[in-house]
Amino acid sequence: MGSGNSVNANYKYSLQKSENAFKAAVLIQQWYRRYVARLEMRRRCTWRIFQSIEYACEQDQIKLHNFFSYLMDHFTPSSSKERDFISRMFISGESFKEAELEKYCDYESLEVPDSYTGPRLSFPLLPDHATALLEAFKQKQQLHARYVLNLLHETRKHLKQLPNISHVSTCYSEEVTVCGDLHGQLDDLFLIFYKNGLPSPSKSYVFNGDFVDRGKQSLEILIVLFTFLLIYPKEVHLNRGNHEDHMVNLRYGFAKEVMQKYKVHGKKILKMIQNVFCWLPLATLIDQKVLIIHGGISDTTDLDMLEKIQRNKFISVLRGKKRKESNRNVEIQELNGETKVEADPPGSETAPSLPLQPRPSQAPSMANKLEFSRWVRQTVQEQIDWCRRLVDISESEDEELTYSSVVSLTDLDKPCWTRQEECKQILDILWSDPMPQEGCRANTVRGGGCYFGPDVTEKILEKHNLQFLIRSHECKQEGYEFCHNRKVLTIFSASNYYEIGSNRGAYVKLGPDLVPHFVQYQANKTAHTLTMTQRQGFPVALVEESAFRALREKLFAHTSALISAFKAYDKDNTGRITLSNWATAVESVLHLGLPWRMLRPQLVRSTADGMLEYKSWLNDLAMEQRSQEHIQSSLLEVIYRNRSNLETIFRIIDRDHSGLISFEEFHQTWKLFSSHMNIELTDDGINDLVRSIDFNKDGNIDFNEFLEAFRLVKQSQ
Amino acid sequence: VAEVEKKIIEAFEVFDHEGSKTVDVREIGAIVRSLGCFPTEAELHELLSKVEEEEPTGYIHLEKFLPVMTTVLLDRSFRPIPEDVLLHAFEALDEKKCGYITKEELVRYLTEE
Repeated sequence: MGSGNSVNANYKYSLQKSENAFKAAVLIQQWYRRYVARLEMRRRCTWRIFQSIEYACEQDQIKLHNFFSYLMDHFTPSSSKERDFISRMFISGESFKEAELEKYCDYESLEVPDSYTGPRLSFPLLPDHATALLEAFKQKQQLHARYVLNLLHETRKHLKQLPNISHVSTCYSEEVTVCGDLHGQLDDLFLIFYKNGLPSPSKSYVFNGDFVDRGKQSLEILIVLFTFLLIYPKEVHLNRGNHEDHMVNLRYGFAKEVMQKYKVHGKKILKMIQNVFCWLPLATLIDQKVLIIHGGISDTTDLDMLEKIQRNKFISVLRGKKRKESNRNVEIQELNGETKVEADPPGSETAPSLPLQPRPSQAPSMANKLEFSRWVRQTVQEQIDWCRRLVDISESEDEELTYSSVVSLTDLDKPCWTRQEECKQILDILWSDPMPQEGCRANTVRGGGCYFGPDVTEKILEKHNLQFLIRSHECKQEGYEFCHNRKVLTIFSASNYYEIGSNRGAYVKLGPDLVPHFVQYQANKTAHTLTMTQRQGFPVALVEESAFRALREKLFAHTSALISAFKAYDKDNTGRITLSNWATAVESVLHLGLPWRMLRPQLVRSTADGMLEYKSWLNDLAMEQRSQEHIQSSLLEVIYRNRSNLETIFRIIDRDHSGLISFEEFHQTWKLFSSHMNIELTDDGINDLVRSIDFNKDGNIDFNEFLEAFRLVKQSQ
Repeated sequence: VAEVEKKIIEAFEVFDHEGSKTVDVREIGAIVRSLGCFPTEAELHELLSKVEEEEPTGYIHLEKFLPVMTTVLLDRSFRPIPEDVLLHAFEALDEKKCGYITKEELVRYLTEE
């Protein structure tokens, strides 16, 4: 049975072969899955880095409060010049009466030269104007300042008539499209219009805030949105976001963008925009069933209150009280025979009778969220209250007077809420974030608003008979995300927000059935040509590099603190510590809540036997910054660590938004800052600073250039 | 050992969206692998049975995961097989000996029982 044998042999052979194949397949699978898992881990770590740095930056606001309060406490102006200087930090801008505003931001006198080739607008606007604008912006043209101001005036007039909560109905225009944060990324807006169509009588849009800051075309986005708002007032709805706020704009780039694009009229434009932002509606309601707000809600959110407050009083929610601008109050005052006098800048004299600034204690690590939240809730509330009380001093009387006048002259059943309660309502709506745990606690990371849990959501939905909430405010990798049992939808429309390839943008469409349909996109040609890793939706290596660069800069900015922390683990002064101690030390200094052991291979190049020579590691980090060897290293650190706050302070001082401050003002700022930071900085030291970077422009200092000099250079491998 | 535990906790927390010390059971594979292990699917299932609750909820608690994973790392289970063996594996599947296998073939092999 020779053939039988060979059949047997064949059978055995093929069995062996398939067994081998199976083993081989399993092996390959093992390797492949490990590769994928590692990629996933890297992706998540990168995301965490970006997020924690982004939110930690928002904590800078708290530091700024500290600095201002420090000034109040410790600084006695020795000359009127100094007093003026200080007082300027506390008035971020005068509020204008209607007539003054018109006069100041007048556009009619602006001549448009014949040589101007950009779009020319006439009012009332027509759809052709919109298409002309879109086309012009695609060609990178700029709209003449006259038209910008005109547009802003008309927009403001229109917005003033709108209620705090816009109402949209799906029976008129079958579908409503809701878009989230755009943050100056005009390409994304173009993509949305391309995929979804322009706004029209049959195409309704709701834009949920954060149109500006961070991206480079914030102004263009505003122009486009406002244009469509005026052409299709029934179909286009805008919600205010936390970035529609002057104080935030000073820090995050919008103010800078406007001044760079409009050197002569930029200041007027910014002023107008301030007065447009405060008139933006706070929320939108679709079919009385879906509530759209930018940030979120809190357990004290009261829609009835929100409907009734005078939203325009709050030019910037972060600064607390602003001088009242509402027309009604002005009228009352005139009726009462008062002349509106510009009150003395509050805080210009350090008043010893003021309540002592509560000293914030050391912040616990961000990783322990509960403790951290308790600390910040205390600190932030104290600071805000204190700053408000300070600014309130000269105005508290005014307020009572006016309110009582209002009550007596108008409807008697109008409830009197305190300014603080109203401010909190708006703050919560614009700054809050959802959290998975139940309850409601202060949003410590951002410094404003709350973290709200599913129970808070449930209560609000039930109270007002709503189906779900739509909000934005947080970047999501897929452009959208549900939480709270699908009762809260986050929609984010700025793709590649952290870095090219970091995330998709998305918009959501709702029909009369109120079932959400999503469309995702990613605006960037290069993003499409990425390799296999892109199938994960996230080109890990590219984005990772960006994240780590930011992280390294942060590490550098804390060099001295890190050295102290390392030394604590290196009692024998060997210059080395274990990697484990390294991780603990770094977290204790930076408070970012990041998985340092996971990130270590990317941050620490080489280690011998599990020990790290920390001094040389820190030196390597320092090598990456531009050649500022002659600047004292501790000073350098301070600059890096506080760059964002320094920038904000400079911009506040630079009232005419020229990008320049006088040498004297620069000098003053440094003296104050260095004493607050406990750094020795002599006059010579400051002069050295100025000279070495050579940004002196006839006695004025271009602080943009100054700040640019302090950025880590891209590490070339 | 403390160091190993810290590493495990860090990796766990990266996948712990809610800060609740639990992760979705489907993420365990990624966590184990990113800690440097190369388990097969079968080995992973075995591990899962050790860390799951008596009545599987779809979530794994850190307190159950930590001891099991610590043992895995200290025992150096699931070590990778060296790269040349991996090469052999590819060669074994490459019937026609042409130096490559197509995507379809690979998918077929990997998804067959």
